[in-house]
Parts: sequence; structure tokens; C-alpha cells
Amino acid sequence: MSTEVLHNNHDHHHDHDAEATSKVVFGFWIYIMSDCILFACIFATYVVLHGNTYGGPSGKELFEMPYVLVETFLLLISSFTYGLAMQAMYKANKSQVMMWLAITFLLGLGFICMEINEFHHLILEGNGPNRSAFLSSFFTLVGTHGLHVTCGLIWMVMLMLQLNKHGITAITSRKLSCLSLFWHFLDIVWIFVFTIVYLMGVM
Amino acid sequence: MDHLLGKLSLAAIPFNELPAMLAGGGMVGGFIALVLLITYLGKWKWLWTEWLTSVDHKKIGVMYIIVALVMLLRGFADALLMRTQQAMSVGANHGFLPPHHYDQIFTAHGVIMIFFMAMPFMVGLMNIVVPLQIGARDVAFPFLNSLSFWLFMVGVILVMLCLIVGEFGQTGWLAYPPLSEKEFSPGVGVDYYIWSLQISGIGTLISGINFFVTILKMRCPGMTLMKMPVFTWTALCANILIIIAFPVLTVTLSMLTLDRYLDFHFFTNDGGGNAMMYVNLIWIWGHPEVYILVLPAFGIFSEVVSTFSRKRLFGYNMMVYATACITLLSFIVWLHHFFTMGAGANVNAFFGIATMIISIPTGVKIFNWLFTMYKGKITFTAPMYWTMGFIVTFSIGGMTGVLLAVPGADFLLHNSLFLIAHFHNVIIGGVVFGYVAGFNYWFPKAFGFKLNEKLGKCAFWCWLVGFYVAFMPLYVLGFMGATRRLSHYDASTGWHPLFVIALIGALIIFAGIGFQLLQVVVSIIQRKQNIDVTGDPWNGRTLEWDTASPPPFYNFAFVPEVHSLEPHWDHKQENGMNAGKPKCPYEDIHMPKNTGVGFVIGLLAFTFSFGMIWDIWWLAIISAVGMFAGVVYRSFDYDIDYYVKAEEVERIENEISNRKIA
Repeated sequence: MSTEVLHNNHDHHHDHDAEATSKVVFGFWIYIMSDCILFACIFATYVVLHGNTYGGPSGKELFEMPYVLVETFLLLISSFTYGLAMQAMYKANKSQVMMWLAITFLLGLGFICMEINEFHHLILEGNGPNRSAFLSSFFTLVGTHGLHVTCGLIWMVMLMLQLNKHGITAITSRKLSCLSLFWHFLDIVWIFVFTIVYLMGVM
Repeated sequence: MDHLLGKLSLAAIPFNELPAMLAGGGMVGGFIALVLLITYLGKWKWLWTEWLTSVDHKKIGVMYIIVALVMLLRGFADALLMRTQQAMSVGANHGFLPPHHYDQIFTAHGVIMIFFMAMPFMVGLMNIVVPLQIGARDVAFPFLNSLSFWLFMVGVILVMLCLIVGEFGQTGWLAYPPLSEKEFSPGVGVDYYIWSLQISGIGTLISGINFFVTILKMRCPGMTLMKMPVFTWTALCANILIIIAFPVLTVTLSMLTLDRYLDFHFFTNDGGGNAMMYVNLIWIWGHPEVYILVLPAFGIFSEVVSTFSRKRLFGYNMMVYATACITLLSFIVWLHHFFTMGAGANVNAFFGIATMIISIPTGVKIFNWLFTMYKGKITFTAPMYWTMGFIVTFSIGGMTGVLLAVPGADFLLHNSLFLIAHFHNVIIGGVVFGYVAGFNYWFPKAFGFKLNEKLGKCAFWCWLVGFYVAFMPLYVLGFMGATRRLSHYDASTGWHPLFVIALIGALIIFAGIGFQLLQVVVSIIQRKQNIDVTGDPWNGRTLEWDTASPPPFYNFAFVPEVHSLEPHWDHKQENGMNAGKPKCPYEDIHMPKNTGVGFVIGLLAFTFSFGMIWDIWWLAIISAVGMFAGVVYRSFDYDIDYYVKAEEVERIENEISNRKIA
């Protein structure tokens, strides 16, 4: 009798985990869609304002493409290594997950440091966001992406701590899947930033 | 010391402004009285465990609606002040409100009525009703639901606080730049505006995602999309609009924030900024926003009209498609708010026609409601009164809307009182009437007793008559050239008598609100007479009437299974009124645990905003870190749910059946 009850409860929990995962992942997708609209607005603003340099420098004079290309590759590779972390998760190999997450973290950190360095230089040269509407929208667009990446990095650390404590469970796998969505999404947004802001900026 | 408190000093408290001090004093006095009362009754622990930390969607819904009603009083007080000022301030008389104060009042009136009265009323009804209608035990993310509520409360507290500490924006409810930029609004008014909307807007966005997932993922077995009750359909569409529109508000307000705080140049006159971009962006959010408010009201009317006509809703499919059409169209009409921008004839023609097209699905709905009533056995209850008042009033408002959609006519009527009359015509006649109908209709579900019908009908007649007396003169005034937001006009305009009539109308509405308060108080006192033990006081048709009133915290002991659009009605037809519950053994029910994290994050969001408004940077930084820590704490907490034991469920269900027999 008691084993039957236990078994029954166990089944319940199992059902509940699967149901919760489907809700959370779906909900996270919807969040990403709303975030997409947030970026779309900032992109639209950038497109409207990118010519309003108000006597200041334009993108053509400011952007250093080789530098941005390195940034881009750091982020693209980090997306790939996150994919490898997910592969390891499906194989339930905790140490490999941790390793790939750590590598992803370092690549993401490198991207953020390079971006901060770029911003720092621009501001030092007097081309900060209050120089012109173009630079306001540039800093906001690139900065919003950078802020997202920073949140992703912090989230990654939190997840590594939780993985360390609980191992690969239904809950930690679900969290890894959500961060995976988030991380790849930021990668896609960056492709648009790279194209619309930088490539079209120096054209 | 000065440094520690930023810009904040005793000078922030407007001691020399009598109306502000009276309102602020009343508010503080009321708050202290409430605190003393709770302490006297020894109810703090109860308040904390049963309400403030609750993740139960029904309790959260009730809290939303209580706040909405309180804010209705505040917003209406602002309306009365404006009407009185305009009725007085003619010729040599300049009324009793200085322009500085008057401008804050019309800004606060708009902001409060839309964000802190209508929105929470809608979200509250959705919270109470949607999970019950789809046979779910809670929403998809109960903790986020609690967090949404507390973030919304931050906005409420900020707009109330600005009465006594500082000031509110003097920019109108959408804070158009360049007026709202630092250069022209250097005070904290616009900052109060920004942070109250920003924080509560994020709460709304989270709610939108939450309910979207709830409706799509948690419907009971058998409930396909086309078997969903119409209110749930309209809630679904409203949530889609929230998910798409609210990020735009977040971005727009953030850009204004960057302009004001960090000297960016998005919307400034210099630096290459473009103020018209703000106007475009804010209306890309703002137009869907009005449909976020009105679609659920349409859903309420559909439920009410079908229940009280004892008929299936006429044209359910058409109703769903009309709702979906309105949802889509609401995104391609925003420019009709500023035809005068000068976008050119072709652009204006496109948006004008798109706007007129919206009247088609809306007209379809009106006919559906009428045909539902046709040959029905109509019971004239208070919710039905509000519905019929709506059909007439909203049709008139809709027609003046189509008139305004003609760009040529709009050039004349833009920013006139005709516009004010139009949108109050649709918002009062549509949104307010709808929510009050819903309030009367679902009140017994939430509390287990009906509201007093007689007082409810008195309230209706005052609102209806008051509305026409207050707003029909504004249509005329609009044609006579009176613009909105006037605090003074010349006697030779001949407007004075019409403004006096409008004030009388506002006072009649005031009586209506008085009746509503009386209705609630009297109903609570007489709750024994109006008790509903069946859970189905109106002979309803949808699932929410299938469970007890008030429902147990897990809503349904057995997850219902449905095979039709009106499961509860069909069930009654098959089994008679007193159909017994299925007699299978009770099972353990999985439920979320209460948590105070939402409350704490809300509290920190408040101190954060307060710090940002008054430049108290240390407070803002500590609060931001605290909010972040709250999120991390929640993320590390794996003990967030539990099982209600089958024996406990059985005990509660037996108690409910005993109530029926007794």
C-alpha cells in the first residue's frame, strides 16, 4: 500500500516536472518575442536618427571594423560552445556542461570587455552619447545588447552554482534550456547590430 | 546631509498649496487610520500570510480590484476639480486652481484612470475569472503573478506620494517632449510620471506573458480554442496586445529617461533629437492599449448578455474572429492620433481608412449582442443594465470616432473638447460600463454573496444620465472651438453655460459612484440575505459557475473535462440543477507555496524609483542590488510547491457540500 502511494506520488511529480518545463520554456519563448519587439523599437530609433550627427562624427569616421569583427567572433563562438554545453547536458555529463559553460562565460566576458573598451574610447574622445542624436541611439542600441549579455553572464554563473549543487535535474535542465534560448537570441540580435550599425555604417 | 538626500528637502512638501495639502492630508490620515485599524484588530499576521504573500490568483485579483476602486476615487476627484475649475474660470474669475496645479491635475487624471484604475480593474477581473473559466487550478507562473501585482503597486504608491512629496508632471498624460524634457520640465513631476509608468508597465508585461501561457497551456481536457468562453478569448487577445505593445512603452520611457538623466538627444530640440519620434512610439503602444482595455470589456458583455438572455451567444465564431481582427487592426492605426503631424495625404489616408475599418468588426459584435437578446428570456439584472447602457453609449462613441478618423475633419477637431468627449464616450461607455458589469456579475463568485441589485441599478442610472449630461456639452464645445486642457477662457466665447452643465453631469456621476460604494457596504452588511451556496447564482453557462462560491483555493477538486462551448449549462441540462459531483476518490493536488519575495522586490523597486526621482543615488543603488538579490534568492529556492493531501481536499469539499445543505 505505502509503496503504491509512493509510486503514485512519484508519477505525479514526474508529470508535474514535464508540465512545468513545457510551460516555462513556452513562457520564455514569449518573453524573448517581447524582447525582440523591444530591440525592434531601438533599431527603428537608430535607423531614424543615424543621420542626425549634429555636426559630430558619423559612423564611418568612428567604427573600427577589425575590432568589431573580433567582438563578433567572440560572441558567435560563445553561442557554439553553449550549444556544446547543451549537448553535454543531454548526455547528462555534468563536468562537461560546467566546462563548456565556463568557456562560454569567458568568451562572453571578452565580448563585454571589448565593448566597454570601445565605449570608453568613444567617450574619452568626446564622442559620448550626448554628442548627437546619432550617438545617443548608437550607445542605447549597442548598450542595451551589452546589458542583456551582462545579465546572461550573471545568470550563467548562478546556473553553474546551481548545477554544482543539484546536478543535472529536470529543473536545472530547464534553466539551461532557457539560458540557451536567451544566449542564441542575443547572438541573432548582434548579427543585426553588426549589419545595420557597423557594416551599413561604414558603407 | 544635503548630499545624502539628493534633491529632497522640506521644500518638496507643498505646504502653501491648500488643495494639495488637503488631498495629501486626507490620504495620509486614511493610511494611518488603516494601519491603526489593522493593529487594533490584530490582523497584521493574517494580512501578511493570507494576502500580501499570496500567490492565489483569486486573492491577487481581489487586491487589484480594491486598488482600482480606490484609484477611481482619486481619479474622479481630479475630474471634479477640473470640471469645477472650468465652470468657474471665465472672464474676470480665474477659478481656484493656479495653472501650475491645474496642469498636474489633468495629467494625473489621465494617468490614473488609464494605468491605475482601468488596467488593474481589467487585470483583476482576468485574474479572478480566466483560470476558473478554463478549468485551471492557478495561473502558469503564480510567483510572477504576485510580482506583477507588487510592481503595479509601486506605480500606485508613487502617484499617490507625489501629492505630498514633490509634484506630478504638468505635461498631459503622455508627456510629449520637448515639454517633458529637462529643459522645460526641470522638476521631479515628469520623473514621478516616468518611474510610476515604467515599473508598473513591466508588471503588466509580466502579467501579459503569464496569462498568455496560462490560456494556451492550462486549459482543461477537451477545451479546444473554439470551445473557450468569449471572455477568455478577449483576455487572450488583450494579452497578445500587452506582449507586443508594452515593450514599446518600456523603450519609449527609457529613452525619455536617458534624455532627462544623462543628457541624451532622442527627443530634444537640440543635438539632432526628433520629438515626433516619441509621439509615434508612444502611440504605437498607446493605441493597442485602448484595445487592451476594451476587448476584455467586450468579453464581459458577451458573457453577461448570454447568461441573462438564457441563450447561447449569437455568432460565437464571428465574435472570436471579430476580436482577432480588432487585435490585428489595432496595430496599424496609431497615426490617427496625430494626423496634424503632416505625414502627408497618402499616409493620413491609409491610417484614416484603417481606423474606419475597425468599426466593422466592432459593429459585428454589437449586432451579435443584439441578436443574442432577440427572443431571449431577458432577466433585467444590474449587469444587464450596464450592458444595455453600453450598447447605446458605445455606438454613439464609435460613430464620433469614425468622424474623427476622417483626416480632414480631424484637422478641425484635433485637441478640441470634441476629442475629449469622444474618448470618454468610448472609455466610460465601453470600458467602465463593462468592468462594472463584470464586477456585479462575478462578485458572488469571488465572495459567495450577491451585490444589492437595487443600489446597483441606482448607480447605473446616475452613471448613464451623468455621462450624457457631462459629455454631450463637450461635443458642442468642441465644435465651438474649445480646446482641451484649458484652465481659463473668455466670457465672450459663450462657453460658460455648457461648462456648467458639464459640471452638473460630473456631479450626477459622483452620485453614481456614491451608490456603488453604498452598494458594496450594504451588500457586505446584508451578506446573509444575499448568500449564494450553489456557486451558480445567475444560472450561468461556463465553467466558473461549476465550482463553489468562493471557490476553494485549488479551484476544482477534479480537473473538469469539457465537450462543448457551454459545459456548465449542458451539464445542468443533462443532470438537472442539483447534479452531484463525480464520486471518484480525491487525489493529491499540486499547488504553489506562498512567498514574500514579490512583495520585497516591489518594496525595493519603490525605494529604487524614489531614489532615482530625488537623485538619492545611494538608495537607488542599494535598492537595485537588493532587487537583483531577490531574483537570485528566488532562483536558488527549489522548495516552491507542495501537495494538498487527498484527505484535506475531501475535508474542504465536504465542508462546501455541508454549506449547501445548511
